Amino acid sequence: MTDAIETSGLVKAFGRTRAVDGIDLRVRRGAVYGLLGPNGAGKTTTIRTLTTLLRPTEGIAKVLGLDVVHEPKAVREKVGLTGQFASTDEDLTGHENLVLIGRLLGLPWRDGRERASELLEAFGLAEAAKRQVRTYSGGMKRRLDIAASLVVTPEVLFLDEPTSGLDPRSRNQVWDVIRAIATRGTTVLLTTQYLEEADRLAERLAVIDQGRLIAEGTNRELKASVGASRLHVRLRRPDQRVEAGTLLARSLGAKVFHGADASVLSANVRDEQGVAEALSALARSGVHVEEFSLGSPTLDEVFLALTGRPAEATPPNEVNA
Amino acid sequence: MSEDALPSEVSGEAFRRILFEAPRPSAPSALSATVTMAWRALLKIKHVPFQLFDVTAFPIMFTVLFTFLFGGALAGSTGAYLQYLLPGLIVQAIVFITVYTGVGLATDINKGIFDRFRSLPIWQPAPVFGAVLGDMIRYSLAASVVMTVGVVLGFRPQGGILGMVFGVGLVLVFAFAVSWIWMVLGMKVKTPESVMTTSFLFLFPLVFVSNIFVDPTTMPAWLQTVVAMNPVTHLVTATRGLMHGQDVLASVAWVLLASAIIVAVFAPLALRLYRKER
Repeated sequence: MTDAIETSGLVKAFGRTRAVDGIDLRVRRGAVYGLLGPNGAGKTTTIRTLTTLLRPTEGIAKVLGLDVVHEPKAVREKVGLTGQFASTDEDLTGHENLVLIGRLLGLPWRDGRERASELLEAFGLAEAAKRQVRTYSGGMKRRLDIAASLVVTPEVLFLDEPTSGLDPRSRNQVWDVIRAIATRGTTVLLTTQYLEEADRLAERLAVIDQGRLIAEGTNRELKASVGASRLHVRLRRPDQRVEAGTLLARSLGAKVFHGADASVLSANVRDEQGVAEALSALARSGVHVEEFSLGSPTLDEVFLALTGRPAEATPPNEVNA
Repeated sequence: MSEDALPSEVSGEAFRRILFEAPRPSAPSALSATVTMAWRALLKIKHVPFQLFDVTAFPIMFTVLFTFLFGGALAGSTGAYLQYLLPGLIVQAIVFITVYTGVGLATDINKGIFDRFRSLPIWQPAPVFGAVLGDMIRYSLAASVVMTVGVVLGFRPQGGILGMVFGVGLVLVFAFAVSWIWMVLGMKVKTPESVMTTSFLFLFPLVFVSNIFVDPTTMPAWLQTVVAMNPVTHLVTATRGLMHGQDVLASVAWVLLASAIIVAVFAPLALRLYRKER
């Protein structure tokens, strides 16, 4: 079976700026795939090219085996797009917006109205159905936006920063929806600046920086490529931190970092066997360990390792190129 | 993570209905997509009637003010002046509303809804044609409002109902043509507000340096020349003539030709700009 998304040597230039500068992507059908990168990395441009809104300058982009340049209409019949900015009509009610999209997808009026009500209920918007969208909160607007992409379930759903600017509760709702769609076989390609989001949702990730793909793989692979596990230790008595640090450094043979919290230490661990020995060395020396954890590095650390700079999210009012 | 414990409104029985289980419908025809877009334009009239009334309020105010303030002085009696003024005020009202077609398009482009439309499997110019179609209905509504006020105040054209219908019809043809200009402008400028200011810069002289309010024969010769060149003057002459049952075939032909030329130039341009990626 053909892949859901396939690009090779994809380039999109605006004048002399190469917003996308040679990206090769393969996303298998049914996957939730994350494009991770800071603002201006080329994530939005990639999505807009894949949804036929932009023509590639060079290279090939295919969705479900269909070329976006040669078969744009066939592509549009199979994809759904929720862009970065609200893509509903604020003058219309939530229900009217969904009927509008239903009609434009070919549903008869009656089916369109039924489908609109069904989706509004599913997205917890039934009570706001007859209100103009301009009266909706940010979270409600975003949910309506995503609902609009699901009036007819697309085979490939593109979500450009689906949770940007949302409070934690709305963000969780959006995550739930994405997971629900994915379990029924729709391929989801989402972009995000939030490392946690990519970690939670996507089974595979591509890290994009300055129009180029700098890393690709599963979460685990990406983390493994950066370093092994990281040990966090919390002491009962902060005054033992220096002593504990020396002991840990000696038995682990690694650099030990002091956390902002005066009782916390952390260290990169190459050999996980050594952790047990290090912890017993602490116990033997009378250092009380309140808790410890051994975990993968965060995606923040991954990004830092890959690009040499942190993946800092720029303020939401800045427009993505 | 503790956040996962937060209650989700997207859940339960309804959650299963997120998926569309019926077979995928086939993409709509060009006509169906256009009609749907026109329906959207009509909904906007319903929800934002302000767009209809702020432009009709002025002509109504003008009708009442000019008729009673200046009617006697300008035409001997208020009743006589109303017969002269009203067709011109309908022209004024409609020509001003055409700007909203451009404003609406610029607003769509500025917001994400434009991307959504372009990513749907529809005949791509449908949003443009639908907007125009919906706006024609908006123009007809505005014309009816002004006409009704006129009739209440004593407007009794010799051309009768048919004359009024033909008169308004001609204004609509011209408005259809002019709205393409504002659509081109709407796709060229950065914000919807600049469509408004730029177009009014052209529209104010066009509307006021015309024969809407007074007979140009009382104006200085140089101004008469300017007025005679103004397309709005031709439109007003033709509309007034049609409503009052006069023979204004030459003016009507002039307006139709001018409209055809405007459409021929600006409609293809607007559609090309619409297709352009951004």
